[in-house]
Amino acid sequence: MDLAALKTQLKNFVQSMFEEGVLDNQFSQIQALQDSTNPNFVEEVITLFCNDAERIINEINRNLGYQNVDFSNLDSYVHQLKGSSSSIGANRLKLACANLRQASDERNKEGCLQALQLITCEYCLLRRKFQALLHLERSIVELETNQK
Amino acid sequence: MSGNGASSSSLNMISGEDVVNNNLTALVVDDSPLLRLLHDIHLKKYGLKVQVAENGKVAVDLFHLGASFDLVLMDKEMPVMNGVEATKELRAMGVTSMIVGVTSKDGPGEQQAFMEAGLDYCFEKPLTPEIIGILLEELNKHNKKD
Repeated sequence: MDLAALKTQLKNFVQSMFEEGVLDNQFSQIQALQDSTNPNFVEEVITLFCNDAERIINEINRNLGYQNVDFSNLDSYVHQLKGSSSSIGANRLKLACANLRQASDERNKEGCLQALQLITCEYCLLRRKFQALLHLERSIVELETNQK
Repeated sequence: MSGNGASSSSLNMISGEDVVNNNLTALVVDDSPLLRLLHDIHLKKYGLKVQVAENGKVAVDLFHLGASFDLVLMDKEMPVMNGVEATKELRAMGVTSMIVGVTSKDGPGEQQAFMEAGLDYCFEKPLTPEIIGILLEELNKHNKKD
């Protein structure tokens, strides 16, 4: 595939993520920060986000595994995940975090477990899409390097 | 936005190019590596020299060691020392830098408590280029007054 076609494919792929509500405008702002002085910025941000999100989801899982849930501790982790999701523009994951926060406020463990299931699904979907996006980005960089 | 010095309606949106000033320094205080990276890059795009700290105590220690910054972006929820405590401590030390709280969507009561700790402004995270532009314009005014 040539460079122009790959760039179009990347653009359409990101657009589809906006249309599905997976991402919001915040992600465009991150893309806009990538330039020749920060050529891997988007990849760096996605990697940081995924590492952070996986750590927090594991902590939430661990917290909800206890018989007596420490809802204050749980709330602190959900707050962190919501902040990270909002910062990268992960719109649907952010909304799923809001559900868990509400269930946590209501001290509703069953509701928290259901909300965590949704968070996990949304995160897995997002990670798969980010991996595809980064694969396209790397192919573009490789073709550009070869053309120089 | 919450602020002591100006309301959102009195703050005009300006472009980054209008406010680039290579002499300005900023400290980003946040426990999230992602937020530190994003705010660091945003501020560097405007020509600021940026340092980062992972919690309020690290920030306070930096000032104790004699560091100074024109702008401090302060997260609210952090381990070791949170943004409210760190802001109070900095103001008690006589720090006059512009301190801007950066929070997730909290209730008005929580934002008010953060403002009362000594913030100049408070915004929801993450900061956008437009908000950073506004802050730098205010910072330039702030520095002219000093």
